[in-house]
Amino acid sequence: MTTTRPTWAGPLWALAAAVPLAFLAVFFAWPVLALVGRGFVADGGVDLGGFAEVFSRPRTWRILGLTLAQAALGTAGSLLLGVPGAYLLYRTRFPGRAALRAFVTVPFVLPTVVVGVAFRSLLAEGGPLGFLGLDGTFAAIVLALVFFNYAVVVRTVGGMWERLDPRAEQAARALGASPARALRTVTLPALAPAIASAASVVFLFCATAFGVVLVLGGLRFGTIETEIWVQTTQFLDLRAAAVLSVVQLLVVALALGVAARTRAGQERALRLGAAAAAAHPLRVLERDPRGRWRPGPDLLPAGVTAVVVAGLLALPLLGLLVRSFRTPGGGWGLENYVNLGTTGGPGTLSVTVWEATANSVRVAVDATVLAVVVGTLVALVVSRRPRSRSGRRAVGVLDALFMLPLGVSAVTVGFGFLITLDRPPLDLRSSLVLVPVAQAVVAVPMVVRTVLPVLRAIDPRLREAAATLGAGPARVLATVEGPFLVRSLGLAVGFAFAISLGEFGATSFLARPDRPTLPVVIFRLIGRPGAESYGMAMAAAVVLAVLTASVMALAERLRTAEATPW
Amino acid sequence: MSTTPTRTAAALGALALTLAGCSLTGGGGDDEAGDGGEVTVVTHDSFALSEDLLAQFEAETGYTLTFVAPGDGGALVNQLVLTKDSPLGDVVYGIDNTFAARAVDAGVLEPYTSPDLPDSAGEYVLDEALTPVDVGDVCVNVDHQWFADAGLPEPVTLEDLADPAYRDLLVVTNPATSSPGLAFLAATVGAFGDGWQDYWADLADNGVKVVEGWSDAYYVDFSGSEGAGLRPLVLSYASSPAAEVTAGGGDPRTGALLETCFRQVEHAGVIAGAQNVEGARAFVDFLVSADVQADIPGQMFMYPVDTDVALPEAWAAYAPLAEEPHDVPAEQIAAEREDWIAAWTEIVIG
Repeated sequence: MTTTRPTWAGPLWALAAAVPLAFLAVFFAWPVLALVGRGFVADGGVDLGGFAEVFSRPRTWRILGLTLAQAALGTAGSLLLGVPGAYLLYRTRFPGRAALRAFVTVPFVLPTVVVGVAFRSLLAEGGPLGFLGLDGTFAAIVLALVFFNYAVVVRTVGGMWERLDPRAEQAARALGASPARALRTVTLPALAPAIASAASVVFLFCATAFGVVLVLGGLRFGTIETEIWVQTTQFLDLRAAAVLSVVQLLVVALALGVAARTRAGQERALRLGAAAAAAHPLRVLERDPRGRWRPGPDLLPAGVTAVVVAGLLALPLLGLLVRSFRTPGGGWGLENYVNLGTTGGPGTLSVTVWEATANSVRVAVDATVLAVVVGTLVALVVSRRPRSRSGRRAVGVLDALFMLPLGVSAVTVGFGFLITLDRPPLDLRSSLVLVPVAQAVVAVPMVVRTVLPVLRAIDPRLREAAATLGAGPARVLATVEGPFLVRSLGLAVGFAFAISLGEFGATSFLARPDRPTLPVVIFRLIGRPGAESYGMAMAAAVVLAVLTASVMALAERLRTAEATPW
Repeated sequence: MSTTPTRTAAALGALALTLAGCSLTGGGGDDEAGDGGEVTVVTHDSFALSEDLLAQFEAETGYTLTFVAPGDGGALVNQLVLTKDSPLGDVVYGIDNTFAARAVDAGVLEPYTSPDLPDSAGEYVLDEALTPVDVGDVCVNVDHQWFADAGLPEPVTLEDLADPAYRDLLVVTNPATSSPGLAFLAATVGAFGDGWQDYWADLADNGVKVVEGWSDAYYVDFSGSEGAGLRPLVLSYASSPAAEVTAGGGDPRTGALLETCFRQVEHAGVIAGAQNVEGARAFVDFLVSADVQADIPGQMFMYPVDTDVALPEAWAAYAPLAEEPHDVPAEQIAAEREDWIAAWTEIVIG
C-alpha cells in the first residue's frame, strides 16, 4: 500500500492541528493553569503542601467517592435506557418520530437551576411524587443526571445505528441467530465506538455536574465540581480549589484513557449504509398467521422508551409547562407569556425576555461557528491514522486534549479568564466575544465526539484507493469524507447551538449586564421575590425549551434532506 | 480566530511569568488616561436602579456608566481580590457586612467615604473605605394562614423554632452556598454566643430542612407564597411579605418574625487602582443621594440607609425592619466565618 502524497500535505495537517490547539491554549489552558497555579504559589515559591492538607480531610475522600459513584451510576443508567431509545428513534419508523427526537434533547440544554426546581417541585414533601421519599437523596441526583444525559446517548449512538449497514445483521438472522444473539454478536460490537464515545461524554458530564447536584443534593452529596465552586466563590481558598482541580483532571484523564482504550480495541471500519434503508416500521404488536396479536420484536425498546419519555423526561417538563400558565393572581392564563415582552417588575431585568432571547440566538450563532470549525478540524486530524507510532500517539493526545474542557469547572475557567485575558495583547474581559468563545470551548468536545465516530468508521481503504488513483488530499477530503462529514455536521451544529443556548456557568461570569442571555435572565427572575417574576421565569424556561427543541428538529431535518444514498 | 502563533507565544510567555510568581505590571498606566468620561461600576447580579436616574447622573456629571456584574455578593468580593493587579472597574457597589472585612483586609479598596452620607447611616460605617448604601433584614418568614388554619400560635423567637411544637415546619438555606443562609447563621451566633452550636443541634433534632438556594426554599418548600410547599416557616427577608401583596390588594398571607433577624448592610467603595477615581467617588455620592435612596426599595428590595426617605406604602404597612436585629461585628465574621460553616456543616448536615 504505497501512497504518493504531495509534500505539502504534512504541513497542511500540522496547520489544521495548530489552529484548534492555539484556540485551546489561549482560551482554556492558559486561564485554567493560571488560576490553578495561584493555588500552588505562595510567597514567591511553589507550595504543594495543599495536597497533604486537602487529602487529610475526610470530606475530600467522601466527595471523591460520591463523584465517582454518581458518575458511574448516571452513566450506566443513561446507557441502559438510552441504547433502546437510540434503536427506537433511529432504526424504526413511526409517526411523530422527528418530534420525539427533538423532544428528548430538551432536558440536555435546560438551565440546571430550572431543572433543579422542576425536579424538587415533583419530589418535595407534598409534591406529586413526594410519596417516593426521594427528595434530597442520592437516587434523585442520579435520576436527574440520567434526565440530562439520556439525549447524549440516544443521539450519538442513534446517529451511528441509523447508518449501520443492516445486511450484516440480516445475514446473521438468516443463518439462524436469534434477534438477541444478532444484537449481541453483530450490532452492539459494531456500535461499540459510538457507545464508548457516548459513555465517556456522559461520564464526564456526570462527574462534573454542578447546578443540579447542588439543588437536589446540597452539600451532602457534593461533587468535586461543587466543592471547587464552594472553595472558590465562597471561601476563596484557592489552594484547596487548585488541589481539587488537579484531582478532577486526574479523574477525567483516567475516564478518557479508559474510553480511548475501549474505542481502540473495538474500532473497526464499518459498512455504513443509507439511512432510509436501515429503518423499518415499528413492530410493537404483530398478528400471527392465525390473526392473533402477539408481542412484536420492538415491544421491549418501545416499552422502555415510553416509560423513560413519559416518566422521567416529560413529567418535570410538564410540571414546568403547567406552572407557566399559572398567573400571579392565582388563576390560569397567558399573563406570564405576555410579561415576557416587558422587563418585569421595577428593577428586575435590564432588557425584555424577548431581547435576551435574541441575544442568546446571536451568541449561539457565533459560538456554533467557532465550535464547529474548531471541532471539525480536530476531528479530521484525529481521524487520520498516521503510520508512525509517534504520529499515532500525537493524534491520541490531541483527541484527549479536546475532551478536557468537559472536565474542568466553569468556575475555574471563568475566574481564569478574569485573571489572564485582562491586559494587552488580549484584554477581553469586557469584550462581547468572550461569551461565545467560552461557550465554544464547552461545545467543541461534543462536536468532536459527534463527528469523529463517523469519520473513523470510514474504511481507510476508500481514502487510500482515492489517493492511489491520483486524488490529492483536498479531493480525498471532498469526495470521500465530505458526504459523511456533512451528515454528521447537522447534528454537531444542533448540539453546539443547543449547548450555547443553555450554557449558564461560564456565561454568568462573562455576560455583560446590558446583554444578558436567556438562561442568565431566567436565573435572575427566579431569584427575585414576587409571583410575577417567578411566573415569568417559568414562561421563559418554556421558551428556552421550545427554542431548543426547534433547533434540534431543524438540525435533524437538514441532515435528513442531505442523507441521500450515494 | 485572531490567534496567531506570535500571540500564543506571548500568551505562553505570560503564563510562564505568572506561574513563576512574577507580578506583571498593574492595571494602571497601559490603558488610556483616567480623564476619559467612563466609569465602570462593578456590582452583584441583583443590582438595579431606575434608567431615568442613571441617565440623569450621566447628564449631570458627563460620565458614561458601564456595569460589570460577575456574580452574587460573595463572588463579587472574591473576584475583586483575585483581580487586584488589574481591577475590574472603578467603583464597587454591593459588598455586604458578611464579606466587607475580607475586601478591606485584602486592600482592594481606596480610602473614601462619601461626605454626603446621611446622619442616619452613621451606625453602619465599618471602615473609611466603605460607604453604607442600603440595609435589609434576613428573617424567618411565617405563613399566617397556615398557622390560623392549624390553630397553632405563631412562633416569635429563635428559641421557639427549636420548640417541639414547631417540629418539621422550618426550611432554611445552607450558609455555605447562600448569603441569607450565612446571615441567619450569624444571627444565631449573635443571639447565642458560644451556645450557637447547641442551638443548631436542637434545630436539627427539631426537623429543620436545609436547601441550597433562596428561590428553592421559598418557591418549593414554603407554603406561603406559591402555596405548594408543606412548611409554613422559611428563611427569607423582612421585605418579602411586601412582595406577596397581590395586585388585588388585601393583606399579604405572610409576615416576618422580627426577633429572628440579621441585618445585612450593603456598601459601596472606590476600587484601588481605579482608572477614574473622581468618577468613582461621584458614583458613591450618587448612591447615597435622596433620589437613589428613594429608588432602592422598589428596585432592589433593600431599605435605604437614609431614614428621612419615605418607604413605599406596602413596605411601611407590611415590611418593617427589625427593632433589634441580632448582631455580630464584621471583623468577627471575617475571622470566624469558615470555622462556623465547617462546624455548622458537621452539626446539621453531617
